[in-house]
Amino acid sequence: MIWYIARRIVYLIPTLLIVSMIAFLVIQLPPGDFLASLISKAEETIDQAQVDALRERYGLDEPIYVQYWKWISGIVTRGDFGDSFEWNRPVSDLIWERLGLTMVISLFTLAFVWIVSIPIGIYSAVKKYTIGDYVVTVIGFIGLAIPNFLLALVLMYIAFRYFGQSVGGLFSPDYIDAPWSLDRVLDLLSHLWLPVIILGTAGTAALIRVMRANLLDELSKLYVDAARARGLSELKLLFKYPVRVALNPLVSALAWVFPALVSGSAITSIVLNLQTTGPLLYRSLQAQDMYLAGSLILLVSVLTIIGTLVSDILLAWLDPRIQLQ
Amino acid sequence: MTGQPIQSPDDAQFEPSAAERRVVVANQWQLIWWKFRKHRLAMLAGLVTLFLYAVALLAEFFAPYSSGTYSAAHTHMPPPQIHLFQHADAGPRFYPHVKGFKVQVDPDSYKRTYVVDETVAYPIGLFVRGEEYELWGLFTLDLHLIGAAEYGDPVYLLGTDRLGRDVLSRTIYGTRVSMSVGLVGVGLSLLLGVILGGISGYYGGLIDNLIQRAIEILRSLPTIPLWMGLSAAIPLTWPPVRVYFAITVLLSLIGWTALAREVRGRFLSLKTEDFVIAARLDGVRELQIILRHMAPSMTSHIIASVTLAIPGMILAETALSFLGIGLRPPVVSWGVLLQEAQNVRSIATAPWLLFPGIAVVTAVLAMNFLGDGLRDAADPYQA
Amino acid sequence: MPDDNDTLLDVRDLKTHFFTDEGVVKAVDGVNLSLKRGQTLCVVGESGCGKSVTARSILRIVPAPGRIVSGEISFRGRHGDRIDLARMNPRGRDIRNIRGREISMIFQEPMSSLSPVHTIGSQLMEAILLHLPVSKGEARKRAVSLLDLVGIPRASEQLDAYSFELSGGMRQRAMIAIALACEPQLLIADEPTTALDVTTQANILDLIRELQEDSGMSVLFITHDLSVVAEIADEVVVMYLGRDVESGDVDTIFHNPKHPYTRALLQSIPRYDSLAGERLYSLKGTVPHPFSRPAGCPFHPRCDDVIAGQCNTNDPQRYSISAGHSVRCLLYAAEENRSVVDTPA
Repeated sequence: MIWYIARRIVYLIPTLLIVSMIAFLVIQLPPGDFLASLISKAEETIDQAQVDALRERYGLDEPIYVQYWKWISGIVTRGDFGDSFEWNRPVSDLIWERLGLTMVISLFTLAFVWIVSIPIGIYSAVKKYTIGDYVVTVIGFIGLAIPNFLLALVLMYIAFRYFGQSVGGLFSPDYIDAPWSLDRVLDLLSHLWLPVIILGTAGTAALIRVMRANLLDELSKLYVDAARARGLSELKLLFKYPVRVALNPLVSALAWVFPALVSGSAITSIVLNLQTTGPLLYRSLQAQDMYLAGSLILLVSVLTIIGTLVSDILLAWLDPRIQLQ
Repeated sequence: MTGQPIQSPDDAQFEPSAAERRVVVANQWQLIWWKFRKHRLAMLAGLVTLFLYAVALLAEFFAPYSSGTYSAAHTHMPPPQIHLFQHADAGPRFYPHVKGFKVQVDPDSYKRTYVVDETVAYPIGLFVRGEEYELWGLFTLDLHLIGAAEYGDPVYLLGTDRLGRDVLSRTIYGTRVSMSVGLVGVGLSLLLGVILGGISGYYGGLIDNLIQRAIEILRSLPTIPLWMGLSAAIPLTWPPVRVYFAITVLLSLIGWTALAREVRGRFLSLKTEDFVIAARLDGVRELQIILRHMAPSMTSHIIASVTLAIPGMILAETALSFLGIGLRPPVVSWGVLLQEAQNVRSIATAPWLLFPGIAVVTAVLAMNFLGDGLRDAADPYQA
Repeated sequence: MPDDNDTLLDVRDLKTHFFTDEGVVKAVDGVNLSLKRGQTLCVVGESGCGKSVTARSILRIVPAPGRIVSGEISFRGRHGDRIDLARMNPRGRDIRNIRGREISMIFQEPMSSLSPVHTIGSQLMEAILLHLPVSKGEARKRAVSLLDLVGIPRASEQLDAYSFELSGGMRQRAMIAIALACEPQLLIADEPTTALDVTTQANILDLIRELQEDSGMSVLFITHDLSVVAEIADEVVVMYLGRDVESGDVDTIFHNPKHPYTRALLQSIPRYDSLAGERLYSLKGTVPHPFSRPAGCPFHPRCDDVIAGQCNTNDPQRYSISAGHSVRCLLYAAEENRSVVDTPA
């Protein structure tokens, strides 16, 4: 097991390297160097010494790989992500809380997706081709077909139209800029349900289908008959064997559900005005605030990669066959 | 499956029945079709998909107006109720029409609201004469599937947007871009997926390992932030057509991995099939083996995967355009149209602006069901 | 015969049909067999003749959409009571107390009949704890001794092994250990050696025979392999298209076969004394599709001795040739003094 984890972590290195290069590419993509646009945007003239200092700091006169090295080594050794020109603050000041909230929403959604999809998937497989199964299947398909942001808009409209309340945001107005306290946490929890449901719908629909298909495969396996022939009751049998085996692919589904959640939360957060990375990324891209945008893409990617790693390790722990490969 | 079963004379009584013989000599595609036909929901979804592509091809004909036609006097007009009969003295008579609207201005807030004007009725009809258009740059026509029976009447079946443009017409025009982004994007993905997946599955070893790693990396990335970052870099000065292609290239650059996995998996399992080994032992060249022996049994699976990949592309384009970093006006796609409905306030004033969303959901649902049915039918020899 | 104290299992005119969308598949359509205490009954036939479904019907684990439509499965319980398994609720407590306790089963593929994510020990102890009033510690001890009994080396270590860590032969031994956990009266073995290589096959057969001698249990052995039958059977039932076509003791079946199908089967085994270059007999045609069962005797289209006008219309009953030897064939109906064995109701 330790060897398996070690190997997975070693595999992580090239992945992280490539991700950082992609993020750097995003920073470099807009035409012209950002200093030029900074100078053109600045309201007062920036003195030459300051410009030269920035030029030196980001290595703008040097070849691209030197620039990349300066950027990435700053992040790894000093936690220095560069400055946001729009906010005129270091990027690292802006992102951590938002990254934390993104994480919280994603994890809550993940829990929601699992808690809802596993029992429904089991029901749908055990009651194959009954009306209940068809209803679940059709709802599942519709859940997959509605884009997150559309669902968000519709739910917001319904809340606004019929309940007369505006449901956006993660905090009540009083708590938006308040320091962390128990009350603020409770306030956050009371706002979480809507984004969790919206984000979770597609994932739930997908996992119900995965669970149903896996369980149907397992239900017809010989080891199920063998256990039945031993005298095990149907319910115990179901949960001890086929459900247990069918859960494994579901754990490996984490590897793609988690990135999808983080990814989907970007747009939903913009629509619902949540204080996560999504809206910040959106704004920074529109303002061509590239160090902020690149850092966000880098960190969100690292987050999902770590999520994938965790799901792989979890799977290896659950399924003894994996470690052998 | 093309050869007749060998029969000895005394086997006469084992002669397969007519139905059985039909199955024995049917080729793969006939079998797939028969199996697919049994799947009613997938058949329906297939028809809906065909219809959507027909709409995309003939948008000018299906839409009552052109995508840019606007009427400053009719902004944010709600969809009218359609009446099929008119009550005359001699009883109701068939006269499909919509009632007109009057504008009322609230004296306190100066808010404009539309009120139904019972005194005005605008007849509507099918195959009506309206605005002139050029179909595919070839024919000049003025025939529209549906619209005001009298050219010029303000009939907007699904309401209008903030500039007074017909939502129905724009949604129909949006079909063209949204449905084709999916096709073109998947086409590019397919090219990448088949080439890389094929190489990976056929040669195996180090190359396979490298490509698999690359796929894993791509799959572990959060696609939407990445798409946002990359598409934000598309210069605002680019012409719409170039933006369109840039977006589809971006979508397929990240979207090819699922197809590549599918192809690789098929290759791996086919490689060890007896008929492939037999071909190799017979000294058939590699390329021949791939093209003549392996490709035909993969095609059906690939078609199914492609169908299942298109909805993802449609959703991605819609999301990006919705945010304003994908396609941009004057291009009309469902995502661009939904931009009009970006916040609760605009939806509260004009909920009908969400109609393109229904089009998105319909298209995605139809293609998912279709793809599902195709995947089930792709292996006709399996029970 | 049902009142005979020695008879452990008596199956009468069992019919198990599968109700599929395409039609009804009569997988088992009138099977009779009877098994005495301590004996081994082999059920032989080609693939698809309903052997496995018969075995599964006894334990009531026929997969959906199959179900027993009629017939009787009379089993003599531990306390001498006779119970009809065919009438039990397949999901009920009664049948569950029989499964694994009175009747155990081992399957064709040892690789897939063990759970891939549970240890051997967990499945073995489960069988013990389900039916015997013992503590977990005692169950573990018993599990080790069972693995030892079936010849698995380093038993206490292998208890914590997963099925994929064992070879095919060892897995089947583990399955046998699970089946014997509660010392059942009847072991149903559904082609237990088919998926194994020849030497392992012989080992497993020896093991089953030894265990049977020690415990006195009865064995219902399903196979298509006549050499296996010759080795272990006391009694034999030959099945064709869901019917028993001939039954008798092993010597009678091998030396005095009556049914043309049995004869054909026996002729198709290669013999060491056959001439070089001599062609092995092969049965003409193939087993018909389950939806197109021939009328009359289901075997008549492939039969060499077919009586035109009779075999294709009249369904043969079971005719007694001698004590314990019966055959379902019209060839024997005409001969005088043939009594019909228990006309099906």
